[in-house]
Order: sequence, then C-alpha cells, then structure tokens
Amino acid sequence: MRLYWRRLRHRPVALVATIIFSIFLLLAVIGPWVSPYSATHQDYDARLESPSFSHPFGTDLYGRDVFSRVLAGTRGVFVLCGLGTLMAVAIGTITGLFSGYVGGFTDEVIMRVYDVLLCVPSLLLAMVLIAVSGPSKRNLVLVVGILYTPDVARVVRSVVLDLRTKEFVEAAKVRRETRRHILFREILPNALGPLMVESAMRFSYSIFLVASLGFLGLGVQPPSPDWGLQINEARNFLGLAPWMLFFPAAAIALLIISTSLMSDGLKEIGEPVRSGG
Amino acid sequence: MDATQSSTDILSISDLSIDYRTERGTLPAVRHATLNIAPQQSLGIVGESGSGKTTLAMGALRYLPENGRIVGGTVRLRGTDLASLSPGELRRIWGGQVGIIYQNPLGALNPSLTIGRQLREMGMLHLGLGKRDAYRLGQEMLTKVAMPDPDSVLRRYPHQLSGGMLQRCVIAMALMTEPSLLIMDEPTTALDVTTQAVVLDLVRELKRELRAAILYITHDLGVVARICDRIAVMYAGEIVETAPTRDLFKRPRHPYSLSLLGCVPHFDLSAEKRTLVTITGAIPHLDALPPGCSFAPRCRFAIEECTASPPPLAEIDAGRSCACYRWQEVPPPEAEVGEQTRVIRTRRTAVPTGDVLLRTDDVRVFLKASGRSLELRRQKARVHAVDGISAFIWPGETLGLVGESGSGKTTFARAVVGLTERTGGQVVLRGRRLEGVVEKRPKEVVRDIQMVFQNPDASLNPRHTVGEEIGRPLSLLRGVRGREREQLIGELLASVNLPRNYDRRYPGELSGGEKQRVAIARACAADPALILCDEPISSLDVSVQGTLMNLLMDRQAQAGTSFLFISHDLSAVEHMSDSIAVMYLGRLMELGPTAEVMRPPFHPYTEALLSALPVPDPDVVQEEIRLGGTVPSATEVPAGCRFHTRCPRCLGELCARQEPPWQPVGPSHWIYCHISPAELAAGQVGILDRRRGLDCKEASR
Repeated sequence: MRLYWRRLRHRPVALVATIIFSIFLLLAVIGPWVSPYSATHQDYDARLESPSFSHPFGTDLYGRDVFSRVLAGTRGVFVLCGLGTLMAVAIGTITGLFSGYVGGFTDEVIMRVYDVLLCVPSLLLAMVLIAVSGPSKRNLVLVVGILYTPDVARVVRSVVLDLRTKEFVEAAKVRRETRRHILFREILPNALGPLMVESAMRFSYSIFLVASLGFLGLGVQPPSPDWGLQINEARNFLGLAPWMLFFPAAAIALLIISTSLMSDGLKEIGEPVRSGG
Repeated sequence: MDATQSSTDILSISDLSIDYRTERGTLPAVRHATLNIAPQQSLGIVGESGSGKTTLAMGALRYLPENGRIVGGTVRLRGTDLASLSPGELRRIWGGQVGIIYQNPLGALNPSLTIGRQLREMGMLHLGLGKRDAYRLGQEMLTKVAMPDPDSVLRRYPHQLSGGMLQRCVIAMALMTEPSLLIMDEPTTALDVTTQAVVLDLVRELKRELRAAILYITHDLGVVARICDRIAVMYAGEIVETAPTRDLFKRPRHPYSLSLLGCVPHFDLSAEKRTLVTITGAIPHLDALPPGCSFAPRCRFAIEECTASPPPLAEIDAGRSCACYRWQEVPPPEAEVGEQTRVIRTRRTAVPTGDVLLRTDDVRVFLKASGRSLELRRQKARVHAVDGISAFIWPGETLGLVGESGSGKTTFARAVVGLTERTGGQVVLRGRRLEGVVEKRPKEVVRDIQMVFQNPDASLNPRHTVGEEIGRPLSLLRGVRGREREQLIGELLASVNLPRNYDRRYPGELSGGEKQRVAIARACAADPALILCDEPISSLDVSVQGTLMNLLMDRQAQAGTSFLFISHDLSAVEHMSDSIAVMYLGRLMELGPTAEVMRPPFHPYTEALLSALPVPDPDVVQEEIRLGGTVPSATEVPAGCRFHTRCPRCLGELCARQEPPWQPVGPSHWIYCHISPAELAAGQVGILDRRRGLDCKEASR
C-alpha cells in the first residue's frame, strides 16, 4: 500500500484526478448530511435564482436547490454506475477467464455472442433495452452491466491468452492444480492491473450512458435528482438560468475526466513490484 | 603494448570513461578503459552481462544513447581523434570505416525490403556507387561470406532466411564499405551451435583475408578461444586484464579471470566429477561501487590495500596488463580448480543394475501444425515433434538430452511430465504406465516428476511471493501445513543458497539466477524422484550457470534425485550427465553413457555437434565438420534416415531410402546409423585427443 502511495506521488496528474474522484465519492457517501436543502424540496419563492450564499449553485424552475440536487445526483451516479460496472466486471471477468483458458468451441461461442453485443451502438442498445423493460433503477443497473460485460471479458481474455502458456502456469499444471486455482490464483492476480484500468474506464463510460439516458427521459424518472435529467430540465432555460445546466454538466465532465485520468495512473501504479521501484 | 600505443593501430582507446545519466543518478558504466587493436587483429571483450562491454565498444565510436556521456579519455581510429569530429563526419565513419554487427540479425535488417535492395542502398549511400554497381558489389559480398546461392538470396526478404544466413547477410553488408574495423556484438549468441560454428569460421576467414581489425564482444569463453588473438576481460565497467588469448587461458593473472575460467565446464571425460568454481556474491551495482577494486568484495586474494584504492591497469609483461595488486599471488588455473572445487561424485562406468526409474518406449508426439498457413491446415499437416523416443533414466542419475533447436527436446520433456499429450508410446515410471496428461495422473506420480523451466523470468508468478511459490507444492503434494511448512520453506531456500528472508520477496526483486534458484527449490519441494530441467541455465551468465550446475549436482548427491537435463550446450550436458541422448528432428541419433558418447565411434551428428562446440581451450584443435543447410521442417520429415540431408557421411540411396538400424556399440550404447560402429570410429578423433603441440608428436610416431 505504501508503495502504491509512493508511486502515486510521482504522478501529479493521477494524484489530482484521484483526489477529485475521492471528493466525489465522499460527497456521495455524506451527501444527505451536508446537503443544505432536500433535493426535492420546492420553494416557489425562490425560483430560478442565480447562485448566492444561500443557494451556491442557484435554484431551478421549481425553486429546488441545484447544489443539493447535484449532490444527491452524485450518490445516484455512484450507486447506479458502480453496481452496473461491478456486474459487468464480475460477469466479464469470469467468462473472459474461462473463455480464454478453455479456448476452442466454447471460446468461439462466448466471444461471438459478445461481438454481437459490441457491434450495436451502446446508447441505441441501452434505449431499446430500457424501452422494453421500462425505466427503473434496477433496469438501469442491468443495462450498464450487460452493455459493458463484453469489453471487460475481452480485456481479461487477452490477458489470459498471454499468460496461459507462461511457465508459471505450466508449473502449476505440473503440480496438478485445479483449474479454479490456476484461473483465480495464478492468472487473475496478474490480470488485476488491466482489469482495474478497464473497470475505471467502464465506470466513466457508464456515467455518460446513464446521464444520456436520463437526458432522454429513459433513465431516472422525475422528480428524483439525476444529472442527465437536470440538464434536460435546464435545456429550456439556458439563457435565463445557465447555472441550472452548467453545474450538473460540470459535475459529469469532472467526474468522467478524473476517473479516466485516474485509470491511466492506475495502469502504471498497478505494475508488480520490481527492484527498480 | 597497451602502454606504448603504436601508430599503426586501427583503434586505440585510452583512459576512456563513460557515464549514463539516469533517474537514480550518474552511473559510471565504463571507467578508465584502455585498449589497442592492430590491423588484422581480433580482440575479444569478455565479461558477464552488465560489465559494460557494449557500452565500451559503442562509446568508443561516440555512438551512445541520449543519456550516455563520454567523461574522459581519447579514442583514435586510424590516428584520427574521434572527439574532434562533427556529427556528420562521425556518421560517415560509422557507416564507412566501421562495420557493426549486432546479436539479432533480424532486427538489423528492414523486414519490408529485399536483401538485395538493402545491400544496394549501403553501396549507394556510403560508396556513391550507381544502382547497378552497388547491386553487383552486394552480390560479390554475399559470395565472399560463403552464402549458398547468392542470387536468390538477393531477391528474398529477411523473414525468408534462416538465422545463420541472415547473420551472413549482415556481415556482408558491413563488409561492403571495406571497413577497417568490425565490431561484432555477440553475433552468434542467438544461433544454434552448428550455425555458430559456420559463422565463426567465416569470421576467422575474413580476418585472414581482409586487413580489418575485429572487436568481438561476447560472454562465451569458448568463442573467444576460437577466434580472438587477444582478450580483454571486463568486470563492472573496468578492463581488469588484457592478454594474448593463449596466455590468458594458460595463466590468468586477475582473480576474476581465474574464477571465470573455472566456472565453465571443461570438457574432461574423467569419471570423477568436480564442482565448478563459484564466485560468491554478485556484480556490484554501478551506483554502489566499492571504493577500492570493484572485485575486492568477491575476491579471496583481497587485502586491505585492495579495498582502499582501485588498482590501475598496469603492464605486467610484454603485451599483458592486469588491474590487480596481487596478481603475483594468483595461482595457475589447475591449482585453483584443485583447491576451490571438490569431487562431487563419480560418474557411472558400469551398466547399472537394479530397476530403471523412468523408461520411455517409442514416445511420439505429433502436434497440429499451428494455424497460420491455410494450406498446412487443409492437409491436416502434423508436426512430428517427437517421433519415437526410447530412453531410460536410472535412480540418482542424470540423462542429458542434447540437440539443435527444433529437435523436439522440450516437447519430449513435456510429454514425460504430461503437459503435452503424447500421440503414441509409453512412459513408464517404476514399472507403472503413466497417463498421457498430468490431470489424470495420481498424486504420487505428479509428486515424483517435477520440472524446471527455461525462462526464469516467466517461471515464477510475479504476484506471488517466493514463500508462496515454494510453499504451494509443499501443501498441495505433501500435505505439509503450518509451522512445519514454514520450516521446510526455510530449508529449501537454504538448499539453494538463498537467505531465509527471501520468502517475503516478489520475483521482480530477484536477479535471473536467484529466480532460477527459487524455481529449483519449488521443483524440489515436492521431493520428486525426477526433475526435468529444460535448458535451466541457458539464459544466465556463466558464473551463475556454474553455481546452478553445482546446486543441481549437490541435490542429486544428497537426495538421490534423477534429472533429465536438456540443453543445447554439449559441454554443460557432458558435465552434468551420466548418459547422453543426442536428438535430431524428433528422434534419437545416439544414446549411451557419457564417456562413450563423447569418444569415437560417434554418430555423424554427434561428431558434428562436438566439432562445432566452442571449447574454452585455445590449444584444442577441433575437426572442421560443418553441417550444411538447416534442420528440415518437422512437418515433412525426410525419408530414410532423417539426418541424411545434412549428413557429411551420407551413403546416398541407402540412407535416403531405408531407416537405419539401432546399432549396439557397448552394453548400453547405441548409434542410429547405417555405417557400422567400427567403420565410424576409423577416422574419427576424440575432441580432446588432438592438441596443438601434440600434433607433431603424433606425426613423428
């Protein structure tokens, strides 16, 4: 752990990105306690107010505090995208490991199914799936999970293909390790680096996807606070109340950028220990 | 000679120092190096990896990477001080007066241009020739480097040629401009022994023919003994000794040279096997050099003076210099070997009685020709990787398996251990027929056969600690847990001379030799009866190779473990083995006790391998038997005797048509040949039986 911290310190961009990401994460956790207003509280005396001390990000059409809504949206993003990414990583890792290691016909079948999923534009596929299953938080998580499983599986599979003929895997076979041990103890730990990078990337993509769906009205439903939804609502008041659009949009951009910069850093930091340090 | 530089020298380097600037500070990669090379002379720079050989040679030409700086000294190429030249003039020298030949010929050639075009460009660029003249010159050069069928080679692309042919193309290219200096940086290291011999012959030939000087960089003492007139030994960035080749081998004066000679196996066919000399410790890091002599911490002759200030490279005799305060104390090599090594065991001479540990009967492994060529796949072509191998390994003994790359050695070992399923034949361990794949074998069998792999960097899981790696077979195959396991891990580490606290380390923190020691400890952890060693030392430095061979032999002496020792290096196999199997294209050519296999009668292939072997003794005169061509593809094995296409003693029709018989030579010695052993023996000379000086005695008799 100390080693990783030391490595992180030498990469200022990754460090800043990690700090920003951590602040978002922290706000997602403690949001409800620091939020000055309820995210859905409507104050008709304070509609479309510009940013001030009492409303740092201003207020929207119904007099709701934009800051509180952005804050509440953070938690939504982390929960929805986090769970979705987690699902993609879990399924993708297991199928990718298996597919790469076993090879042959099984591999063909699994990978071709994933190819089909990959060749449809993700937003289109997500819209179709949501349209069929109805917009609920559970379905959003499932859609993110299904959509990003193939990418994770491909990354894991390519690592497995590289590693499965390595001598340490052969050495494990020579002492008759079970397939489970070889997959999860010998190969998977070496795939953690690329896997972490991939997860972070999928997470940032899913933020975009969920926000897009929200904007299109296929994501989280009003009056729940959601960044995409907020932008959609702000669309008509762009000239009148630009803060309504600016703050949620900035939150999306900042979180996506910091996540992907952090994942770039992870790539280098996650390397195994070498004598060079 | 080194002190008084003569004006005729092609290259004279004096007091050259080169630094590398890195994140970790300035590394003095070469310090105070002084060298001279006369015309037509070949100077070998010998040293282990990281000793600064390449940096010295390239730095002398001011051909350094970005972070390299020359911080002192002068270099003169035919009297011209290179420091005074502009970058443009330097570039003209690099291409014109100096030819450089690297280790990897494939990397030196452009894969998308034909050989002819690349040779032509060289002539056009550096000699200002016209297209046609340059092409013709290229053709001429290919003929000069003894390239068979130069016209067709000119039209081909690099990937269509074998390694040996490519290296000859690179040499031809370097010769185009008639350079006065050829720098060869390990040009044969990536080649097979038989190909290496051909390239070395060529280098010797060129030296005689051209007036070029050769700077030859290598780690292989056998190679320098064959082709160099003088040798400079480097250690941790310094030249510690320079001497004429024969003098160095006969009477090394620097303790490091002495140890280096002692840690390579010398071909001796005596029944008593001695350990090899080991050098304790490791080469110091360049950022933590000791204040005095850089070898002092590992030197058993070191006195206080040695640790106080570094000894200068001083002339000790005509043409010899040595950087040591104690050179007069350094004993002759025979005395050193006698004192520093011990007899570890005696080699089997009689036919063993008792039960054989492992027997293979006619083992065959045919692999599917791997994917790319559609044509091959359609024909369902099969690679006959192993094509009928019957061999024996007795308890507590070593069977050496030797052959060129592509002969199927590794596939055979994989079939024995069960990593590759065999197509036919039997593997029998202690009378028990073994299943084809390791997953189906019972635990006792799995425990009895373990393996050490070739590449130390890949054989340990980078995410597991050393303790986990060694501990896993203990708990899995021997059911050892808890405190007992910890204790055994400690014992295993000690048995491979690693400190106890290494169990917490990750492979990335270990050197190549240390990794391989962990791999050996891991193989030993299961307490197996047989360890298959697949080229375990090939990728390591000579001093580390010696230590590992000692380690394996110690293990054998203590635990009675048997080894299958696979190597392309005949001297290592000779050193390690009780019996030797010589393999060619999936089949054994000769099998027998080491002492018998290494003496006439030889199978023609064994003879060729022996004659190609670079023996680290300049006095040994070897027969010049060279194999033409390359190993045929294992998808289309030649009919009859599969060696007949390259065999210097091929009888024609008979060999091409009919499979040769296994002719018994001794009670456990067979040769796979149509020619009778007696006939083979006539005219064959043992490798050590002909020496310079002995020749005349034989003649007078």
